[in-house]
Amino acid sequence: MSDEVTTLKKTPLNQLEHELGGKMVDFGGWELPVQFSGILEEHAAVREHVGLFDVSHMGELTVKGPDALALLQRATCNDVSKLENGRAQYNGLLYPTAGFVDDILVYQNASDDFFVVVNASNSDKDYEWLADAAKGMDAEVRNVSADYAQLALQGPEAERLLQPMTDVDLAPMKYYRFGTGKVDGVPAIVSRTGYTGEDGFEIYVAPSEGSRIMRKLLDAGAKPCGLGARDTLRLEAKMALYGNDIDQTTTPLEADLGWIVKVEKGDFFGRDVLQREKAEGPRRKLAGFEMVDRGIARHGYPVVDGSEEIGVVTSGTHSPTLKKAIGLAYLPLGKSAPGNEFMVLIRGKEVRARVVPTPFYKRSR
Amino acid sequence: MTPEDSRYAKSHEYINVEGEVGTIGITEYAQKELGDVVFVELPQVGTQLEAGDELGSIESVKAVSELFAPVGGEVIEVNERLAEKPELINTDPYGDGWMVRIKVADLSEVDELLMTAEEYDEYVETESH
Repeated sequence: MSDEVTTLKKTPLNQLEHELGGKMVDFGGWELPVQFSGILEEHAAVREHVGLFDVSHMGELTVKGPDALALLQRATCNDVSKLENGRAQYNGLLYPTAGFVDDILVYQNASDDFFVVVNASNSDKDYEWLADAAKGMDAEVRNVSADYAQLALQGPEAERLLQPMTDVDLAPMKYYRFGTGKVDGVPAIVSRTGYTGEDGFEIYVAPSEGSRIMRKLLDAGAKPCGLGARDTLRLEAKMALYGNDIDQTTTPLEADLGWIVKVEKGDFFGRDVLQREKAEGPRRKLAGFEMVDRGIARHGYPVVDGSEEIGVVTSGTHSPTLKKAIGLAYLPLGKSAPGNEFMVLIRGKEVRARVVPTPFYKRSR
Repeated sequence: MTPEDSRYAKSHEYINVEGEVGTIGITEYAQKELGDVVFVELPQVGTQLEAGDELGSIESVKAVSELFAPVGGEVIEVNERLAEKPELINTDPYGDGWMVRIKVADLSEVDELLMTAEEYDEYVETESH
């Protein structure tokens, strides 16, 4: 056991997290805290006040050069040309099958200079995929993941907490915008983004500065939060988790992410498949559900209709905000509308669930 | 402190036996490992159990975990308060957070199959390293 632990990758904040009493787990090869004080408490802190997450395991790529935009347009399904300097965009990096290589955030520094934030376990794969797609184009892709510690400061009090520490003007910064400047005296990228459905910021700094800034934010009143709360928060906001809700076998239309599919933007990997799916409808769709009967449907549990398996639960948990069991499942298109009921097999027992509108939780603005 | 008047299973249940009646729950170590408990599924009164049989399940926010019968017997009472307050398992696992009472079928199983508090503490020590 201890041999395995020592081979796990560690973020620049690892030591501080141990000192803070984080309960550390193996998360896709990274040693990260699943919780500090408890998932329910941390979840509530983000919804009501402000919480701080170490998301340094996330990967970062840069895409630069005269063809940088053309490369991203070819490799992704959203329309990167709609970005402006200082804006960020949620996007899908797709295979020609329209399955996800990854879901990503694209930040535009300049029309020939992009910063791409990717999932930790996908960063090497994404880099190789993009670098391969760049062949013959005048664009350079670099994997700069090791150059950043990333902190997510999330919750209604995030702006009030962060502003005294940064020269980036936060008040006028709208959702999915970013600025560069200093946080506690060191160079940083600050974006109004997050994975919790709450207001908040993601902060990118040099790895050597990470724990000092984390400590400052904690001293200022942010509650340290782990992966457990990150998962319940993102699920309430119906934000997809790669590897659970989306992967190489699922298309953005199946995943109910039609808003990032811009087939009219020109050719890109997977466009044919998505055009056909748009015309004919995808054969299945990711739908949000609540449990009607008692129980919690979790990742991988089958959705059944009699003896037939008709779908699968991709995420499921107890929603701390709604105080009920919620989840996401791929269902046949005809059964994915709100109000439809279906049965989930929970450890051999059929338990009733009902499709509901999503997101499960939406903050009041 | 692990109560010395109870016996412990490797799957982290305790049983506190008085006369023929055994009160079963999960240990302090188990509740910490599970995290916030949000839902508990318990057996029906009258269910006959052999040692090691699945007795119910405990859902925490992050995972589900099965509860096993430390010894055989018949379920005579379940803790109804847990339906409304599953967090009692976290706050008071050896007290108000008890889960099931059984009439122990064979009291000799308690000594044969289970660990003392001291043995359990050692067991947890080795398991968590």
